[in-house]
Amino acid sequence: MLGLIKGMIITWKSNWRKPVTVQYPDESLPLAPGYFGFPGLIYDHEVDEPFCVGCQVCARYCPTDAIFVTMKDNPKFKEGTSKRRKIVDSFELNISRCISCNICVEVCNFDAIEMTDTFEAAGYHPDVVAGIPALIEMSEKQRKGVLARPLKETR
Amino acid sequence: MALDRLQTVDMTINMGPQHPSTHGVFRMVLRVDGERILDCEPYIGYLHRGFEKLSENENYHTVLIHLDRTDYLAGFCNEMAYIIALEKLLGVVPSERAEYIRVIMCELNRIASHMMFYGALGADAGALTPFLYAFRERERLQGLFEAVSGARMMFFYFRAGGVRIDLPDGFIRECRRVLDAVKFGIDECDKLLTNNEVFISRTKGIGAISAAAAIDYGCSGPILRACGVKEDVRRSEPYSIYDRLDFDIPVAYSGDTYDRYVVRMEEMRQSIRIVEQCLDQIPDGPFMGKVPRFIRPEPGEVYVRTENPRGDYGIYLISRGGDYPYRVKLRSPCFCNLMALREMLKDCYIADSVMVLGSLDIVLGEVDR
Repeated sequence: MLGLIKGMIITWKSNWRKPVTVQYPDESLPLAPGYFGFPGLIYDHEVDEPFCVGCQVCARYCPTDAIFVTMKDNPKFKEGTSKRRKIVDSFELNISRCISCNICVEVCNFDAIEMTDTFEAAGYHPDVVAGIPALIEMSEKQRKGVLARPLKETR
Repeated sequence: MALDRLQTVDMTINMGPQHPSTHGVFRMVLRVDGERILDCEPYIGYLHRGFEKLSENENYHTVLIHLDRTDYLAGFCNEMAYIIALEKLLGVVPSERAEYIRVIMCELNRIASHMMFYGALGADAGALTPFLYAFRERERLQGLFEAVSGARMMFFYFRAGGVRIDLPDGFIRECRRVLDAVKFGIDECDKLLTNNEVFISRTKGIGAISAAAAIDYGCSGPILRACGVKEDVRRSEPYSIYDRLDFDIPVAYSGDTYDRYVVRMEEMRQSIRIVEQCLDQIPDGPFMGKVPRFIRPEPGEVYVRTENPRGDYGIYLISRGGDYPYRVKLRSPCFCNLMALREMLKDCYIADSVMVLGSLDIVLGEVDR
């Protein structure tokens, strides 16, 4: 009987703790600084084009075949405004296949990909395949540091 | 009418695979005489994903993503086993700091995994409150994992020669704070369930297995230590820096469900001791040792044992040169522990079968792999 009462005391004490529940879709906790969401494409603002040249290394190493990349000749190279001979033509990330493993970031020779804080793939009409504009937007949002939180707030 | 002339037959009942208490998709066929279990046949394979075959088509580092998904409650510990095997093949020595980081993460992972066990066993016994307390502690630890590795469960953090990225700023202070909270949490969990009369009557003497039988079945980890065998790979074959650390191996002697529970509760406290020592001793320096640009081991083979939260976790890795491993074999502690279920369930009641299965703390992802 004593053990039961001891357990009840613990439960009774917990009654007076401040609730920590966060009503998720309406409000959300900030994420840790190094959180892995889906990968995004980094944008080169100086030349006004993404860093990615479409070399397909990430597509080759992706363990779930979530990435599809094609390459084209860079028109800006002919004009002389960019140093990149080739540029990414299409970059498709299948959000439903991506497992956020960071391999594409590590193998990228041009440092053109980074992991972003975006992790929510659900929506009313979700795009299963994210194209270049969506991926660049994810990266830009990450760069502005909208979602990152310092470590000390980790619960 | 004379009762001895009444003809009775044994009944065969099926439990699982879609049963909330089977910790995944596990099916057992029980042969029962009234409420008593005469025999139990475990059926596995519902979660088979072909990890070993898939690994032959991945290069040496990407194999890790599958290892995180075998025993998904103890990702760091699985990565540890594979990375040590890979380093032995490559002849690479990890940096000192990386060794400490790895051990810290593994031991924190052990606490998180045992907390899951604690919560699930309480839920199996019909007490839902411990589950919530266990998840509160798990949440703190997962916050740390998230800050360090970027993911909460599928880490992909260890690398041959070191770790992917150094610890974030202020980690050591934050980790100490979390450990204090977890220490308090474990004591609270202890008070909640360990001396509870209902829990004791549901667990004491239930599903007992002798030390000899446990060794015969190849049991390891807390199952074996609950039978009185003082065997821990961290002590018997020290890997990484475990030979420098001071910790006890908790042992219990009757081998029943309650002892398995008590051993795991004590192991959590020992893990905290280990992490605290590591936090005191952790040196500055690079988090990555000297590693060749391309991971292409010489032909050869290596077998490595480590202590997973569930027992003796082994990786057998064969290289025949080139970018891909020739063979990756996993020695799963869960699988061997699960096979001893037949021995444990003999003469138990049907209602206890759920408790005994819960006390094994199986992860079906690892059993079926």
